[in-house]
Amino acid sequence: MRILKNRILKGIVTKPLDKNFVLGEELEIVGAELKKIIQEKFSRSLHVREVDTGSCGACESEIIATTNPIYDIQRFGVSFVASPRHADCLLVTGPVSKNMALALKKTYEAMPQPKFVITLGHCALDGGIFKEAYYTEKGVKNIIPVTFHIPGCPPKPLDIMKALLSFLKKA
Amino acid sequence: MDYKIILKEISEKLGIEYSLFLLRDDEVYLKVKLDDFKNICLALHKLTSSPIASLFALDVRKEKGIFEIYCSVMSAKYKKWFFVVAEITQDNPKFNSLAKEIYSASLFEREIKEMFGIEPVGNPDVRPLRLHSEIWPKGAYPLRKDFNKPEAPGKTEDYVFNKVEGEGIFEVPVGPVHAGIIGPGHFHFSCAGEPIINLEIRLGFTHRGIEKLFEGKNVYDALRISECLSGDASFANSLSYSCAVEKIAGIEVSENTRMLRAIFLELERMYNHINDIGGIAVDVGFSFPASLASIIKENILQLNEKVTSNRYLKNVNSIGAIAINWDKDKTQALRESLKKIYKDFKEIKEILLSSVSFMDRVDGTGVLKKKTAEDLGATGLAARASGIAVDLRKDFPGIYAKADFNPIKQETGDCLARLNMRLAEFEESIKLIYWFLDRITPQAAAQNSYNIKEGFALGFTEAWRGALTYWVKINKEGLIERCKITDPSFLNWQALSFCVLGDIIPDFPLCNKSFDLSYSGNDL
Repeated sequence: MRILKNRILKGIVTKPLDKNFVLGEELEIVGAELKKIIQEKFSRSLHVREVDTGSCGACESEIIATTNPIYDIQRFGVSFVASPRHADCLLVTGPVSKNMALALKKTYEAMPQPKFVITLGHCALDGGIFKEAYYTEKGVKNIIPVTFHIPGCPPKPLDIMKALLSFLKKA
Repeated sequence: MDYKIILKEISEKLGIEYSLFLLRDDEVYLKVKLDDFKNICLALHKLTSSPIASLFALDVRKEKGIFEIYCSVMSAKYKKWFFVVAEITQDNPKFNSLAKEIYSASLFEREIKEMFGIEPVGNPDVRPLRLHSEIWPKGAYPLRKDFNKPEAPGKTEDYVFNKVEGEGIFEVPVGPVHAGIIGPGHFHFSCAGEPIINLEIRLGFTHRGIEKLFEGKNVYDALRISECLSGDASFANSLSYSCAVEKIAGIEVSENTRMLRAIFLELERMYNHINDIGGIAVDVGFSFPASLASIIKENILQLNEKVTSNRYLKNVNSIGAIAINWDKDKTQALRESLKKIYKDFKEIKEILLSSVSFMDRVDGTGVLKKKTAEDLGATGLAARASGIAVDLRKDFPGIYAKADFNPIKQETGDCLARLNMRLAEFEESIKLIYWFLDRITPQAAAQNSYNIKEGFALGFTEAWRGALTYWVKINKEGLIERCKITDPSFLNWQALSFCVLGDIIPDFPLCNKSFDLSYSGNDL
């Protein structure tokens, strides 16, 4: 009962909640475009598998944020899946700790063709702040082929969506 | 009460000689002979009835031709951190292990062994923690000053898991890559039928070598590294670190700045607690409150961005100051937003606690007994949920002293207790932020540049997971010589592996989320 009441009172939160938390129309515009492209190129849905190779956890937090009811990236056709076998795309964060190199490679190999890799966050590009560290591989590109990079430390949810859109437009 | 009672006890009853060599308001350093090191640590452990807060080594072979070993024990009663220091010769790098008497020392000893190659004599388990033996050659010790990065893997070996044997026992390995969007770790379950008989957690997958990265950096560059240690606790990390540097340099931090820092620390606590409250709901399949919680989390993150221009409070803290402006508008914005957030929060709380099937799942699941928590040296929220009253905000109050702060404690140690802890701490944090907001005055962003002196000190904060400490040593050039970070997750991961025993594997995600420990903070 309480849930029903709350749901009716709250309405759809993907609209701006109140003027303190404005995301505005930008989200909807980006989302609509994203949806259109995914409709065309991936027959309605893009399945993403996420792998953390030693990030601090902030990038993960922002990726999770894209799935919350405010952004709700799923309604535009992007789903995060539990297994690499279900994935079109691998989303990798972190500078690749030596301990994760093998696991990352295996995850990539487990994906069916066609597949591509997107990196997210400064450290995934070239190691970022951990470039000089003795236990990192200085970025994902040294382990598996990378198609696209989303910059930021961490990138905000809307920036992740925008970057994804600009990539899919070009691809 | 005076901490000298403890020192008297040590010298008179045990007859151990020591020399005091550095005293601060909250730090006492005792130098002893290596032969006495173990006894004095055991005595301090008993007299303060506290676990080992940290145990670490230093490579000073270049200056003195020796290694140094430091053991720290925190005493809430005397408001002191005791450090016992001993010298280890470089020709014979060994010390007597504490692990059999004090379990909480065990992981630290493994760390010293793998990072420095100093042997804890008598520790039954010296397997590497973070430098996985499958890919890292034996004999390469990263925290030694003369360490060179090995070119080839060289001689490596497989990791041996503890084995449970018996009829019908089967093993379930999980990870390092998990199904969700989460950090990597390996969980090795041994089960008999449904109940879990043993859980061994193997971490280190996100090890980057942060402690080594700190070495040779200037204090401002190092501040940026501290923020990237654990992304969901970046403010607590930078605060602990900067406290250590401020102590060394003798920088007085204004009360207003300290209050602002407390506000940010509490905001960080709030968005993480609500995230976990939602996470617990997800793990029992109760999606409505989980969605509501993720809305609140997003609101707090956006609020963070509004007042500090960063959702995760990075680039906010600075040495001796806060790097952002604070004005009346921000105070007002914070007040208004918190009011709305609190309204939503009350809704979630009622939904969760009035759902019978939800309560059935969390009540009595994943019990961490008080005795176990004490032995493991569990800290922070996990310890408080099991009835141990530790909270640095109360034990070393600082700016919290005047604020009307009520430390929260639960007794049962199950998932429900940890959930209740989070619910109560969330409300307490809102209360604290209001209290600080009433008292702070607008201030401009500070661009300070201090002369950093040589020295060492401990910086500590009650982060949202528990006590987070940075022990920092700075050399003559003002560069960092050694930085030992003890993340609350380091000892609490052990607690997780004990609390699931007897429960079933489907309850593991729930237990895991109720602790919500950091992979990157543990792995460094």
